[in-house]
Amino acid sequence: MHPAPSVIIFSVFSGMGFGLLAFLGAGVVTPSGWAAFLWWGLGYGLAVVGLLASTFHLGNPQRALLAFTQWRSSWLSREAWASVATLLLLAPVALSDWLALGWPRGIGFIGAVLALGTVFTTSMIYTQIKAVPRWHHPVTPLMFMVFSLTGGAILAGQHLLAAVLCVALGAVLLAVYRIGDGQFARAGQTMGTATGLDRIGEVAVFEQAHTAGNYLLREMIYVVGRKHATKLRRIAFALAVVLPALLLLGHGLPFVVLAAISHLTGALAARWLFFAEAEHVVGLYYGKR
Amino acid sequence: MTCLPATTQKKLGLAIDLDTCVGCQACVTACKGWNDQGYGARLSDQNPYGADPSGTFLNRVHSYAVQPEAGPAQTINFPRSCLHCDDAPCVTVCPTGASYKRTEDGIVLVNEDACIGCGLCAWACPYGARELDQAAGVMKKCTLCVDRIYNETLPEEDREPACVRGCPTGARHFGDFSDPDSKVSRLSAERGGYALMPDMGTKPVNRYLPPRKKDHPQEASLLAPLLDIKASGFAGWLDKILGKI
Repeated sequence: MHPAPSVIIFSVFSGMGFGLLAFLGAGVVTPSGWAAFLWWGLGYGLAVVGLLASTFHLGNPQRALLAFTQWRSSWLSREAWASVATLLLLAPVALSDWLALGWPRGIGFIGAVLALGTVFTTSMIYTQIKAVPRWHHPVTPLMFMVFSLTGGAILAGQHLLAAVLCVALGAVLLAVYRIGDGQFARAGQTMGTATGLDRIGEVAVFEQAHTAGNYLLREMIYVVGRKHATKLRRIAFALAVVLPALLLLGHGLPFVVLAAISHLTGALAARWLFFAEAEHVVGLYYGKR
Repeated sequence: MTCLPATTQKKLGLAIDLDTCVGCQACVTACKGWNDQGYGARLSDQNPYGADPSGTFLNRVHSYAVQPEAGPAQTINFPRSCLHCDDAPCVTVCPTGASYKRTEDGIVLVNEDACIGCGLCAWACPYGARELDQAAGVMKKCTLCVDRIYNETLPEEDREPACVRGCPTGARHFGDFSDPDSKVSRLSAERGGYALMPDMGTKPVNRYLPPRKKDHPQEASLLAPLLDIKASGFAGWLDKILGKI
């Protein structure tokens, strides 16, 4: 699948933002005054920047509000609702922290759950797609959620918890790669089943349907980055998991900032791979994957 | 709502005969020609006369070489377009309600006025039936020529999809698969029509009719009489003499 920058930025930034909002909402950290303004601002900023980025790849973004209408069937629509609901619900808690209003925090817990729910809906946009076997597995939402929690914990300055989550994320990433690599074969689709010509014999492309590129080839049959996949996996793993875990053993803000930058870079690399490595079954018609 | 209807009154679709298709691309051209000037946004081309031309098509014809266990390989031309699935995943993923399946005839359509061009429906389709038009930014797909099949201003013989009407070998058939006595249902039953990637759970309506079994190749080559020439007359005499020397 084509790793569109808008979608990578959207899912990584908003995931991290909602992760931080979950920690702030649940009261794991309860900043006050301008510290609260900056901390909550960071959470809101990341979430909103991510959500705005997601509109950049739309063909007709001026109609984006219509995406709220189909929550009964569409995960993308549910995500729109969940994200807006989270941002609205947590606003009074953020305001209360900033201005020391002392409002009850109960609503913060609901907001925290909703924040993680938003990340879950994001992950389901991809997980639901049967035509992309690598994504169509429960490990996909698990990865999105643990990424969000890890990023959130780092930004919330939770040294020990964040380090533990980094280890958990490492385990999940290994599972993602191991399971993902076998998913296409497990889906059992071949050029033979795609064309139904396996009932006659061995199928091979004789001539392509068109001589130049098209939307399908550009969007669904992205092969450019896969040759460096193994290297990129190691880089993503080192930057998103190993380095932040080590940095978090240190004390003080600089360590947290470095851990956050490292984790964010690693998360972007991992998310790039999430798209670039995913193969759509339509590639079978072209003899490509 | 992008929820799918529980049932549809009709199941309009195509039966595509892989035995008769010669891969001439007439259906591709007929489709592009008709759908470029009527229903919804135009099917745009990018850089059509340049080095890297690209464009929106609702129907593409592939060509495969299939090697049976015994006998020579076969060339099979394979048109690919929307299958108007009963469980169309492209419909349910749509966040805006632009993508829908009609209750009256089962046709899967896009309301372009509500399409935000997110492309998720194209991702959800295992068959590559949808292409996002790069000029209009909306999703384009086969409409089964919904503006032809019910169009009473057209002569009756033209009230079928452009690809069916334009096919010079009669390899494409249009009809109602919910009616077991319809032409397409009977054809599909007789010829062992099949659905593509049924394991994807999409329940496609369109059926592909597999190529008919080829004759058994004869023991001797069909060219045998031509290869085994018995010379006669002067040539025969010459042949005999030269053979003896």
